[in-house]
Amino acid sequence: MHKVYTQLDRIAGNVISLVAEDVTYGELALVQSDQGSSLSQVIRIEGNRVFLQVFAGGRGISTGAEVRFLGRVMQVPFSEALLGRIFDGSGDPRDRGPAITQNMIPIGGPSVNPAKRIIPRNMVRTGIPMIDVFNTLVESQKLPIFSIAGEPYNDLLARIALQAEVDVIILGGMGLKHDDYLTFRDTLEEQGALSRTVMFIHTAADPTVECLLVPDVSLAVAEQFALQGKRVLVLLTDMTNFSDALKEIAITMEQIPATRGYPGDLYSQLASRYEKAVDFEGAGSITLLAVTTMPGDDVTHPVPDNTGYITEGQFYLRNGRIEPFGSLSRLKQLVNSKTREDHRAIMTVMIQLFASYRETLEKQSMGFRMSAWDSKLLKYGQRFETEMMDLSVNIPLEKALDLGWSILADCFDPEETGAPSKLIEKFWPNDHSQETQKEESQEVASV
Amino acid sequence: MSKNTGRIIGISGNLIRVEFSESVIQNEVGYAVVGDTRLKAEIIRIQGSSAEMQVFEDTTGLSVNDPVEFTGEMLSVQLGPGLLTQIYDGLQNPLPALAAECGFFLQRGKYLDPLDRQKKWAFSPQAQKGDTVSAGDSLGTVPEGIFEHRIMVPFRLRGDYTVDVIQPEGEYTVDTVVATLKDERGETHDVTMVQTWPVKVPIQAYAERLRPTEPLITKVRIVDTLFPIARGGTYCVPGPFGAGKTVLQQITSRHAEVDVVIIAACGERAGEVVETLREFPELTDPRTGKSLMERTLIICNTSSMPVAAREASVYTAVTIAEYYRQMGLNVLLLADSTSRWAQALREVSGRLEEIPGEEAFPAYLESVIAAFYERGGVVKLRDGSVGSVTIGGTVSPAGGNFEEPVTQSTLKVVGAFHGLSRERSDARRYPAIAPLDSWSKYDSVVNDEDVALARKSLRDGNEINQMMKVVGEEGTSIDDFVIYMKAEYIDAVYLQQDAFNDVDAATDAERQEYVFGRIMKIVRTPMSFEDKEATRRFFQSLTQVTKDWNRVKMDDSGFKELEERIEKMISEVTDYA
Ligand SMILES: Nc1ncnc2c1ncn2[C@@H]1O[C@H](COP(=O)(O)OP(=O)(O)OP(=O)(O)O)[C@@H](O)[C@H]1O
Ligand SMILES: [Mg+2]
Repeated sequence: MHKVYTQLDRIAGNVISLVAEDVTYGELALVQSDQGSSLSQVIRIEGNRVFLQVFAGGRGISTGAEVRFLGRVMQVPFSEALLGRIFDGSGDPRDRGPAITQNMIPIGGPSVNPAKRIIPRNMVRTGIPMIDVFNTLVESQKLPIFSIAGEPYNDLLARIALQAEVDVIILGGMGLKHDDYLTFRDTLEEQGALSRTVMFIHTAADPTVECLLVPDVSLAVAEQFALQGKRVLVLLTDMTNFSDALKEIAITMEQIPATRGYPGDLYSQLASRYEKAVDFEGAGSITLLAVTTMPGDDVTHPVPDNTGYITEGQFYLRNGRIEPFGSLSRLKQLVNSKTREDHRAIMTVMIQLFASYRETLEKQSMGFRMSAWDSKLLKYGQRFETEMMDLSVNIPLEKALDLGWSILADCFDPEETGAPSKLIEKFWPNDHSQETQKEESQEVASV
Repeated sequence: MSKNTGRIIGISGNLIRVEFSESVIQNEVGYAVVGDTRLKAEIIRIQGSSAEMQVFEDTTGLSVNDPVEFTGEMLSVQLGPGLLTQIYDGLQNPLPALAAECGFFLQRGKYLDPLDRQKKWAFSPQAQKGDTVSAGDSLGTVPEGIFEHRIMVPFRLRGDYTVDVIQPEGEYTVDTVVATLKDERGETHDVTMVQTWPVKVPIQAYAERLRPTEPLITKVRIVDTLFPIARGGTYCVPGPFGAGKTVLQQITSRHAEVDVVIIAACGERAGEVVETLREFPELTDPRTGKSLMERTLIICNTSSMPVAAREASVYTAVTIAEYYRQMGLNVLLLADSTSRWAQALREVSGRLEEIPGEEAFPAYLESVIAAFYERGGVVKLRDGSVGSVTIGGTVSPAGGNFEEPVTQSTLKVVGAFHGLSRERSDARRYPAIAPLDSWSKYDSVVNDEDVALARKSLRDGNEINQMMKVVGEEGTSIDDFVIYMKAEYIDAVYLQQDAFNDVDAATDAERQEYVFGRIMKIVRTPMSFEDKEATRRFFQSLTQVTKDWNRVKMDDSGFKELEERIEKMISEVTDYA
């Protein structure tokens, strides 16, 4: 039987401290006071003084609260019975279903031996050209969606989850608005995906520290499914809330902040979660999509900045579209050589021309005369925006590539595109001979 | 038992405070014992009768009063044949062997032998009984893949020794005593094929340090031509996330003209190491015809691996680099990313409650970085042969802003700066080395006059471009417009390089000289055009053809054909006036 302590000597924020014996680092303790009970975790030991981080927060805890050390680290149940269920950050049911307590597994386990990893090789098809063509998502990739508040990032997450071919979906919600949580649940249910989904939900109304547990419990469960051979898609929203919870704890512990109040280990903390994305040789995989909201639309803010250094690319969501600049799937080259021979060329050429289009827009906004070339670019850019970028577009990769050639041919002469001559010979649509093309461009020029 | 043992009196993250009774050494290694697991740790500060130690593992489960066994040794690596082709973690644990034993996951407190103890190596003696030798001198060699691996007089031995016994030619394991040396007082010292060396101490068993003058060909055109690196030199690659630091290092690790490449993956993604690890064994090194892996060694302490071992990993890497340098080899050490190591220092410094400097980095950051890069260099060994360690480190500045402590401290000590720009990477102008901001103190592979002209063209082109943004194309003279288009042309066909095209990905020195010469000739050619639209069209086609030219091997018939086409195009617009 573990000894019970009833003498707290410090309560600051979510951290309490007391004098206790035989405590191990990282161990859990149950804190009980009139306000109810909460789990807590040992985060520091100084001689016989022990510091605990209380999951439900420090509010309402009395100095006489009962603290009982449990002699174990944080765990979460794992079984097939989790599917279709909804839990909170501590693994307690949120959906009025029965608690699950068998087969408990520790969270935040060791990392995968790099020598056991394999090179990712499977494309995850989403039907979104901005992803499939330009920034292909790959099984086992870790990728955040950078977004300002108010963008439809949760809708995008849900859409990818529904369209991607995966066996299990795990949704980790951090500081989620209650409405958003319900939307997620209902969307997955309507599309019949709830039965292959497990949700760990921390809402904005729940205690901060519980938010910190969400990625770890989600990923621990994902890892078990993956080891069983399942292809798992983990969705984490919003990692900025997670980081803010880290910041709160660091400040309570009087740590010296590195940048803008965030602790110096923010990078390592985020990395240890994101690096759980993996493709197990001979078993399943974990693909990780996360949302990172950018305070003030500032990508140099410590959370998006550190995230960008960790993940394998990012999708920028702006004005309801995935922005081609800044968006990047770093694993795309592992799969886009095996899709269709023109995939890479279309990807490069269309983006380069789109960059020129943006420059032209700038010139236009400054009132400069538009050259014939500028007019071509303007025509191209508008078509690209409506036919490729719009999130309502839902077509398979091959169709999107064909569409790419047809947009190019409608707007340019072949050599203006910079595409390799060999591919132009093969893919340039025939009904756009040079002659008609010239006429068109002259028309545009005279506009 | 006279084991020096302390006990834990405090735990905070990966930092433990340990009370000891006998003497301890700064940077001494000790093991924190929890149950039957021993966790490696290093003393980083000593105060009174307690020492602070950073634990190279997760500290979960440790408690106050747990014993810590001190070893009396500083953090060291084992040096001997069999290092190449290996994949080690930051503490020199062989990861493939660990995987064979523990499966998918790393296991805390599991330390395996860095070198194969059973494998036999064919030893050929070089020294003879009676020879006078000193630290670093070769006693004999064993073949290690493509190299003659020198078995050397241990670096820690000071003064002169006489060879007393030397083993004849034969097959021996690394622990076999291959030689016995006698010191001036007649005491004997056994030498095996393995020596240990503390990672934070530079190996200095050489005759003299030389100035780095030989270019190190990376086959990346913008590097070799505009911002070259030298064998034994140092350089850094700072850049915001996703700008292409890792890809640039990967390209360099494949194509660089050096003998040995050591890759230190420090606190970055595991997936990136896997690409190297799985692909290198399949790729042939054009210099040797053997697998690229035979010249490669990977130190892999990725971002989810223990933070404290990040620091160890860069030192482990540079120590092994120095070891191969002692064999007269040219070694290239690529560290990605030095910022992660600096952050590990910052975390520890914070836990030690030291007075923080800028962005909470410790005040000694600058001297630590300087001392690390100082370990690069060219040395003349005592037998007259020359060896070098070239160090290239990436830097990951917060917010992509180079005005931050790690970038600034690094820039003070390196010989070349390859700054990657977000603007260029967004425009997919790879490699995204900013041509106007980067610099190098080393010599280029092409002639200086052409380089100076290229620089001037790029600068002028940029100025005109900036101006054009204000006054528009119509406010720009056609002459200026041509200058601008020429600069864009240099950029598109020479500075940018397609990493995914087998031919374009690597341009050797000979081809760089040739192609750069041609392109600068084009830049020098006065041209006249009807109007700007015609100018643009011309340069678009010229760029297209020149890019095709880049994708053909130099000894292909297509190479000459395309060159002639380019010349014909140029002659059509040349202004002969
Ligand atoms: N030379 C190149 N050619 C083609 N694509 C490139 C090149 N360099 C970089 N890229 C693209 O940019 C992506 C990011 O590059 P890389 O991983 O090297 O960035 P990084 O600077 O190391 O970023 P981080 O700091 O986050 O590690 C690559 O996955 C690739 O898609
Ligand atoms: Mg990188």
